[in-house]
Amino acid sequence: MMRSRSTLLGLQLLVAVVLLAIWHLGSTVKLNIPAISAKPFYVLDPFFFSTPVAVFQRTFLDFYSGAIWYHLGITLLETLLAFAIGAAGGVLIGFWFARKAVLAAVFDPYVKMANALPRVVLAPIFALWLGLGIWSKVALGVTLVFFIVFFNVYQGVKEVSPTLLANARMLGMNERQLMRNVFWPSALTWMFSSLHTAVGFALVGAVVGEYLGAAAGLGYRIHQAEGVFDVTGVFSGMVVLSIFVIIIDMLVSAIEKRLLVWRPAPATAQ
Amino acid sequence: MSPVLSVVQPAPQVQTSAVVLEKVRIAFPNAKRGGASFVAVDDANLAVADGEFVAIVGPTGCGKSTLLNATAGLLKPASGSVSIFGEALSGLNRKAGYLFQAEALFPWKTAVENVAIGLDIVGTPKAEARAEAREWLARVGLAAFADRYPHMLSGGQRKRVGLAQVLIRHPKILLMDEPFGPLDAQTRQIMGNLLLDLWSADRKAVMFVTHDLEEAIALADRVVIMGAGPAARIIGEWKVPIARPRDIDVRLDPEFHRLHKEIWAALKDEVVKGYRQSETVEQGQ
Ligand SMILES: Nc1ncnc2c1ncn2[C@@H]1O[C@H](COP(=O)(O)OP(=O)(O)OP(=O)(O)O)[C@@H](O)[C@H]1O
Ligand SMILES: [Mg+2]
Repeated sequence: MMRSRSTLLGLQLLVAVVLLAIWHLGSTVKLNIPAISAKPFYVLDPFFFSTPVAVFQRTFLDFYSGAIWYHLGITLLETLLAFAIGAAGGVLIGFWFARKAVLAAVFDPYVKMANALPRVVLAPIFALWLGLGIWSKVALGVTLVFFIVFFNVYQGVKEVSPTLLANARMLGMNERQLMRNVFWPSALTWMFSSLHTAVGFALVGAVVGEYLGAAAGLGYRIHQAEGVFDVTGVFSGMVVLSIFVIIIDMLVSAIEKRLLVWRPAPATAQ
Repeated sequence: MSPVLSVVQPAPQVQTSAVVLEKVRIAFPNAKRGGASFVAVDDANLAVADGEFVAIVGPTGCGKSTLLNATAGLLKPASGSVSIFGEALSGLNRKAGYLFQAEALFPWKTAVENVAIGLDIVGTPKAEARAEAREWLARVGLAAFADRYPHMLSGGQRKRVGLAQVLIRHPKILLMDEPFGPLDAQTRQIMGNLLLDLWSADRKAVMFVTHDLEEAIALADRVVIMGAGPAARIIGEWKVPIARPRDIDVRLDPEFHRLHKEIWAALKDEVVKGYRQSETVEQGQ
């Protein structure tokens, strides 16, 4: 049981400070231990690990000069498009399959097969089909988001409480009203419960796609830096990516909190 | 499942009953394929007059909920007939409001939205439906809880929202399945009186399922006892000649005691039988 928010925050910061300190000392202080090596050496060689100061300097400069904004924008756009298209497709098809048992039964093996496929192998194909622009990355994200949302919505519609359904019918709802008042909210609930995962995967799709072949985006920048052994650039890209993920995740949490007000707060562990 | 149509035509009646069950038999298919189906209720005959309050009491698992489901049109009898105000029932019973035994509120709607939904779906303007829903919530003593979601309400409060949700549509027949089941004895009595107040303002035919014999006698015009299942039947019925309006003290009435003793004598054996049977059924499967 955590005592308070501020204690928690303090501890979280402490972890960051300790890790940064280790990194900083390891990459700036030369040790001279003849037993291990004749020459003085770094524990974390800056050629391979860069230094925190250099990384933050680079990150700051990228933001300051504005060079990074364009790439952030591209990645954000790809993520949003992948999420929107994947989620819309997942909701529609999930809904449809859940209401048409025959359809679900016929397509079941194919859905499972498609979902089992590692998406990375699709990236070159999408690049071939859709070019090196944003759409091949969006497509990769869609293949990830779609299945998460699809399975959740399918489950959500299938698992509507029979009593709730009977009650809705006894209250006089027709098929359309049942859809709107029972199945749809239930499906949405399940979809929102997978929102974090889905948005995360949309981002993974975008970044992996960029990494494997693109002309813009965060993944592309990391790849570029790697190509010239610019470790500072790679780490800086990772820092930006992490901040980006945290902000998106916070936004999703806020949205979720608004949309799922009616749900009981999850029982806290212990 | 065979269609509802049967050879037995509803007998012509002087005063049309709200609900007539005739030789109703309800069977569930066996979960294992090819197994014999399970007959829950057999040869059930019951007529409920318009405006009459009938309580149905029976041992657990005897088929009380099943009988209500058949009256609601949610289940089709394997044979026998269900008629509502003289018409054979096919499909859902549009004249009935059903307060289910299990939780049935929309978890994503607030109390007032839950109550208003019955009006919303028939196209009542939103503001009007809300206003009326609030009135109904006030009637069941929940005016202050209108904007809460079901999970923020107690079990008894949820049942009251359910009651308002059903009553706002003014159904001519009210089906209630252990509506006060999860409540403590005192709250049950308060809710019972609330129900009687609401009912006497606008007399509907009521089928009220309970496992509490005292509650049945205190509330109903007639108490119907079901025997233990499987193939449960209605094994007896008693008129309750206690005058209305009845107050909380009805349980102190000597007539109440006499009836209670008499009905309990008949019910006792069934309760024991029902419990044994459900044990053997479970072991057999
Ligand atoms: N869908 C079903 N499939 C198979 N058997 C069922 C089904 N629903 C109910 N039954 C059986 O029918 C019998 C009657 O069930 P029912 O729910 O009507 O009992 P009940 O009298 O309402 O009991 P309780 O007082 O515990 O609510 C039980 O033996 C039950 O196991
Ligand atoms: Mg029951």
